[in-house]
Amino acid sequence: MNAEEMNRAITRIAHEILEKNKGTGDLALVGIRTRGVVLANRLRDKIKDIEKTTIDLGILDITLYRDDLTTGKDKPVLRDTDIPFAIDGKKVVLCDDVLFTGRTIRAAIDALVDFGRPAQVQLAVLIDRGHRELPFRPDYVGKNIPTSKDMRVKVQMTEEDAEDQVIVVNSKGQN
Amino acid sequence: MNLESKDILGTEQLSREEIEGILDTAVSFKEVSTRQIKKVPTLRGRTIINLFFEASTRTRTSFEIAGKRLSADVINISASTSSTVKGESLLDTAYNLEAMNPDLLIVRHSISGVPHMIASHIKCPVINAGDGAHEHPTQALLDLLTIREHSKQLTGLKVAIVGDITHSRVARSNIYAMLKCGMEVTVVGPPTMIPVGMECLGVKVLHDLEEAVSQVDVVMMLRIQLERQNEGLFPSFREYSNRFCLTADKLKHGRKDILIMHPGPVNRGIEIALDVMEGPHSVILDQVNNGVALRMALMYLLLGGGSETDH
Amino acid sequence: MKLIIKNGRVIDPANNIDGKYDIVIEKGLIQSVTPSGKSPAKQDGSAKIIDAKDCIVAPGFLDMHVHFREPGFEYKETIESGCESAAAGGFTTVAMMPNTNPVNDNRSVTELMISRAKAHGKIQALAIGAISKGLKGESLSDMGDLKDAGVIAFSDDGRPVMNNQVMRRALEYSRMFDLPLIQHSEILDLTNGGCMNEGRVSTELGLKGMPTEAEDIMVYRDIALLEKTGGRLHVAHISSGESVELVRRAKAKGLPVTCEVAPHHFILTDESVRGYDTNTKMSPPLRAQSDIDAIKEGLKDGTIDIIATDHAPHDRVDKQADYHNACFGIVGLETALPLSLRLVEEKILTLPQLVEKLTSRPAEIFKLDQGTLGVGQQADVVIFDPGQEYKVEASQFKSKSKNSPFDGWPVKGRVRHTIAKGNIIYSS
Repeated sequence: MNAEEMNRAITRIAHEILEKNKGTGDLALVGIRTRGVVLANRLRDKIKDIEKTTIDLGILDITLYRDDLTTGKDKPVLRDTDIPFAIDGKKVVLCDDVLFTGRTIRAAIDALVDFGRPAQVQLAVLIDRGHRELPFRPDYVGKNIPTSKDMRVKVQMTEEDAEDQVIVVNSKGQN
Repeated sequence: MNLESKDILGTEQLSREEIEGILDTAVSFKEVSTRQIKKVPTLRGRTIINLFFEASTRTRTSFEIAGKRLSADVINISASTSSTVKGESLLDTAYNLEAMNPDLLIVRHSISGVPHMIASHIKCPVINAGDGAHEHPTQALLDLLTIREHSKQLTGLKVAIVGDITHSRVARSNIYAMLKCGMEVTVVGPPTMIPVGMECLGVKVLHDLEEAVSQVDVVMMLRIQLERQNEGLFPSFREYSNRFCLTADKLKHGRKDILIMHPGPVNRGIEIALDVMEGPHSVILDQVNNGVALRMALMYLLLGGGSETDH
Repeated sequence: MKLIIKNGRVIDPANNIDGKYDIVIEKGLIQSVTPSGKSPAKQDGSAKIIDAKDCIVAPGFLDMHVHFREPGFEYKETIESGCESAAAGGFTTVAMMPNTNPVNDNRSVTELMISRAKAHGKIQALAIGAISKGLKGESLSDMGDLKDAGVIAFSDDGRPVMNNQVMRRALEYSRMFDLPLIQHSEILDLTNGGCMNEGRVSTELGLKGMPTEAEDIMVYRDIALLEKTGGRLHVAHISSGESVELVRRAKAKGLPVTCEVAPHHFILTDESVRGYDTNTKMSPPLRAQSDIDAIKEGLKDGTIDIIATDHAPHDRVDKQADYHNACFGIVGLETALPLSLRLVEEKILTLPQLVEKLTSRPAEIFKLDQGTLGVGQQADVVIFDPGQEYKVEASQFKSKSKNSPFDGWPVKGRVRHTIAKGNIIYSS
């Protein structure tokens, strides 16, 4: 996926969100660190372009909710969670770059409900690569990319990386 | 970020990178304590034992809250030092607790070196919650966190630590940590309360509080143990307060944005005047607040883990 | 039985002997000392021959400062286990301190200790009587009676005689018996609650310090008293550089002062306390490098007369405590030789000078008929290989207690055989 394709996919997701939720009422975006936050920011900009309103946006660091914290050696760097609005009664769209096993989403939903009781939680991802280990289905998908389990999908976005692109790396590290 | 050692026994063993990593992690944990549901599942099912051989309400409570906000099971044991006199050795106590498979032991003891001795004999991580007149690393780290919040960066800051340096573990842990972070430390107190060889640690020694206040960015007042009067370290509380109680008057020559700290509990009117303690320069309650986040960060770093895995 | 020790380098400082000699021992006595290869004793089959090639043959060592804990603390050491430990270290004469329970401040305890030692019989273990009753420093023990029972000196070791008047009386009174007073020099109100040397390390570790002045002031006081009273003063386990200087000046004045040092006080500094290993806790405490330098100077110029181990066995439970509450002291008999040989390696002492500080000099101070290889002398001999390298293994000590900070240290110099009264009592 190149920059143009990525932009188109995000534009489409923005439209789908608005369509499904019938506008921006009670709508909020919550991005999962790190690139889920980038996706959420871009979606908010798109929605602002379309509807001329700025919707709430929160940032979620799910490190403390992970189920694999105590197994490995390296401790992930913990970063701020920042949800500057009450999520009670909101329609929250969780945003992440890649959907794979579903474990991140599980952690994110656990974290989210600690902040309040949203009316609905929806899920937007840029890439769905399959291989779910938990029963999650995304509401909005930029692109489905079939992969084998040992491959890695790298989403790069200019806010964090050199350019906008998605690349699939096989287990030997080649593109 | 990873810590070099399985234990947190003192700031002397920590590198500057580790100290800053701990502080960074603690900043993130502060948010958890502002939530309505002040709890994250990070250490669910983990057991933390607070093994306190020396009475302490606030430090023990701070560790307990930190553990509970991470969903760990926290057990408090107030072991009396006398049980060791009765024949059960310290190590027996430690071995017995280890046999119950705790994941973290938090140890406080009135004698220097006890947490080190316990840590060297058992496998689970140990956090030193204060040993004798040696170290109190979590206090020093939360002090640095508090200073960093107010002064943005640590390098180049000047700090005066005032009071009974000889018997203070808070002073030692702060000195080690502050020097590593590029700060300049002056210790202030009557010569009877400044231990032999202090200058060798790389600090300046002064006996005049006003002079010290005029030179520094941060003043850290230490608690005077009431029983020290009987040891003849100073003639009387009145005499001590005249010279070393931080009053508004003594602060006159200080910077406008000077920070006043105290590890607590405070002897009001003996080492610090009430109006100074409650005044605009005081960050004493910030220290307490930061204590929980800092201790959560250490528990997370010692017990957490796990590699970045897939989505 | 007849014993012939051949091919060794014999060092017998009392007789100014240092060279290749053969020694013949019979009926428990030294029969002859003759240059190697010219032995008059014909090989008569029945003689046991010890080949001491590459080894030093010296008089059996004397340790004038040991704690054998019997009676009272037999779980730490007994006179029997202590004597075995001594033999393994090359010692054939030791002097046992009186801080037992009951205290050796009366004839019955002295007699018990001496008879226990004789019953075991391998080495000569002598008794030191208390200066004051119950080591309390208040009133003098029955010194005359103790002397009659066989004590060879007086000491309150473990505790100092704090009271000036009592110490003065002790010096005066002991003149009648011409026995030395051994002082553990420590002003207690300066060391109260302390557990290590006062200095940078104690400051860093947050442990209460024991300043060198506590030792110096008492050494000075004792010398000042001695100048007026007469009597004989022996300063135990000197550890402070300033105290060495005080003894040096007293000797220059011709006062009857002698002193000893324990090997750990010229090997280890208070830096070893880092880590809180309770096997680094002793009294006097491990000092600073400047003190070690002054002690070495004192050994070199003869200010420090002898080496004594202050062998202080403690059971694991007494040491497995926090640093503040752990017992003071370490075992020393089985590491004394290799540690002391470092002085030779560092050219502080020559080998004969070192042997002198372990043999003839202590014998001279305490007026003992030991410490030489003269013909007709009781055959107390140590044969050691100064070059043998090995690792100290505390678990292998003959002593009941294993409290040594030198456990695991690579060292050089090992006892091959210890011979007492003509019998081989230890071989490695």
